[in-house]
Amino acid sequence: MMLKDMLMIFLGLIILILGVLIGVAFLTLLERKVLGYIQIRKGPNKVGFIGILQPFSDAIKLFTKEQTYPSFSNYLVYYFSPVVSFILSLMIWMLIPYYYNLISFNLGILFFLCCTSMGVYTVMVAGWSSNSNYSLLGGLRAVAQTISYEVSLALILMSSILMIMSFNMMKFMIYQNLIWFIIIMIPLSMCWFSSSLAETNRTPYDFAEGESELVSGFNIEYSSGGFALIFLAEYSSILFMSLLMVLIYMGGYELTLGFYLKISLISFLFIWVRGTLPRYRYDKLMYLAWKMYLPISLNYLFFYLGLKIMMFY
Amino acid sequence: MIMMTYISILIILISNIMMFLSIILSKKTFSDREKNSPFECGFDPKSSARIPFSLHFFLITVIFLIFDVEIALIFPIIKLFKMTNFFIWSKISFFFIIILLMGLYHEWNQNMLNWTN
Repeated sequence: MMLKDMLMIFLGLIILILGVLIGVAFLTLLERKVLGYIQIRKGPNKVGFIGILQPFSDAIKLFTKEQTYPSFSNYLVYYFSPVVSFILSLMIWMLIPYYYNLISFNLGILFFLCCTSMGVYTVMVAGWSSNSNYSLLGGLRAVAQTISYEVSLALILMSSILMIMSFNMMKFMIYQNLIWFIIIMIPLSMCWFSSSLAETNRTPYDFAEGESELVSGFNIEYSSGGFALIFLAEYSSILFMSLLMVLIYMGGYELTLGFYLKISLISFLFIWVRGTLPRYRYDKLMYLAWKMYLPISLNYLFFYLGLKIMMFY
Repeated sequence: MIMMTYISILIILISNIMMFLSIILSKKTFSDREKNSPFECGFDPKSSARIPFSLHFFLITVIFLIFDVEIALIFPIIKLFKMTNFFIWSKISFFFIIILLMGLYHEWNQNMLNWTN
């Protein structure tokens, strides 16, 4: 019995990891297609059937590229930081709340916060250890940005946790049975969306890898496998952020097809934002985090605490 | 817990194997001095990349530390809800969030949040 259960969990997890990797592959394809149509061109449409197999050929090409050994770099750290970032972004996926065959976390949200805060270190170390001025600057910027958005992210999360009074992610779907939280807390959900854009270093806030000033930011010295792992980690964290947004704000009942359609809608929004908005300015980004989102999320936390107490009393 | 450990080991193995595979698969490789030097638009690197830390980033990190500790102190109010008296719970959490807000406004007032002076 015990052995069979463990085997089933293992199988479910392997399927989950495969699903995440394939999902990331098709997310990159979606991104290239959508960006293409935004810029009135076609995007990849040759490989396979109308470009379906493009991500796989990209992956094979990327993994067979040449691995470089930058001189003066701290090689061991340089080698392992993309691996660690990929590990962390796969570990977050253990949180996906299913009724059976996967782990059910009682303190899932704390686990999520731990994993995202650990993700900062890999970016910082990747930037520092490759011994280039551009990558160091990109790493510093990424750390400051991710750190300051993490505060508002946790506080925004806190006010929706106050609604359900538990750290278990399963509870969200029970409490959103009749009404989605996005209707109760529209401003907070918008704040959550743009904070998660900043947390995953996506385009209006992509100061970690701003092409115009920092060539490619913290991952400039990475070539084949390291770059692929950084890329995979980034995109799977985008997918997880959109999953979390659907789970928290848009009625996360994940045994329906609509849940997954909503996830792909939110990740399409990530790409759409990349296609339309120009890059922000760095000091404005910091002001946005500390002077807008943090006071807003704290005040709303106060408000929802009052609401909770009023409802309970 | 045991299951989580096994799964973590599996994930660590998978990602290490991916990195290792890419090192094995990349056959075409050569290295010379120009190629391995840090990227700086084709020139030799002008200055060392181990530059000292900027003070702005340090100050942001200090503020982050304060707020992160406060967040770590906020989280237990969820679990405390079922353990303590309701009135005491609501008083404590109200006062805590008021103190947090006042602290934020105080820092804002003292120009700690400004990026450039």
